[in-house]
Amino acid sequence: MEAERGPVIEDRTFVGVWIVLLFLTLLLVVSGKLFHEALSVPALLTITPLKAGLVFYYFMHLKHEGPLLRTMVFVTLATLVVFIGLLFVDISYR
Amino acid sequence: MTGGVRGEVLAAGPASRASHRDPLGAKIGMWLFLFTEIVLFGGLFILYSAYRARYPHEFHEGGQHLNWIIGVANTVILLTSSLTVALSVTAVRKGRQRRAMALLALTVLLAAGFLVNKYFEWGAEIRAGLYPNGPELAGRAPGEQLFFGLYFSMTGLHGLHVLGGIGVLLAMIGLLWRGRIRSDDFVLLENAGLYWHLVDVIWIFLLPLFYLSA
Repeated sequence: MEAERGPVIEDRTFVGVWIVLLFLTLLLVVSGKLFHEALSVPALLTITPLKAGLVFYYFMHLKHEGPLLRTMVFVTLATLVVFIGLLFVDISYR
Repeated sequence: MTGGVRGEVLAAGPASRASHRDPLGAKIGMWLFLFTEIVLFGGLFILYSAYRARYPHEFHEGGQHLNWIIGVANTVILLTSSLTVALSVTAVRKGRQRRAMALLALTVLLAAGFLVNKYFEWGAEIRAGLYPNGPELAGRAPGEQLFFGLYFSMTGLHGLHVLGGIGVLLAMIGLLWRGRIRSDDFVLLENAGLYWHLVDVIWIFLLPLFYLSA
């Protein structure tokens, strides 16, 4: 039963993740508003999934979940990414 | 065999039902629900990507009419609300119920602040006629009309999720108050937190798509 509950995560861990998320948002705004599109688009495509990953991993406790839940989440997100990839392949060859 | 187990449960009565808890099962159930939400918004993100690839200049132009400062402010609000929800779970697990209730109340206030910002933002756009079939937008290029259609649909659907989240969080405060969520039984609060974090993740993607890529 205790193993199912997972460890108690200390406040300082969450506060640390929140500070990193705010910093990444600042980075995102600066790159999106100040830089040329050639630099800002790759920045948006890397920083945004990184922010979402931090929320999944720490706030949503995936770091402490077992292989079953982790696999379920991975398969769902991977399916979505595959469909987005297929869309761009379709658009490129139209 | 089955009959014997069934008999034991029936003989045990309500006390047995009350003591039966399956936190892992509850969490898996919540994640399955979240997957449907991910696919729902994922479909809309795919739609956005397809039309953006078709009308890049019109989407760029449309994005310039949005207030990115409000978009960023709402991001900070939602990230902070995710923090307060996560801290409330830790507080409950440490047996600090009052602190957990205060953190959830703060989350509700932040969520309300998000919706107030959205009200002012949408109000300004609607007054400018920039809404589907609005007087200003109707005269613009089809790509820009698509941009604003997607903008109102996706941020509107997200806003409904924020509204639903406020209801869920208020229910959690009520359950904490009544002692139904405790340090040894907190999966309801954990699942409510998972929902709220997903609402945050969806906004994390909406910010660059609409406000920062112009």
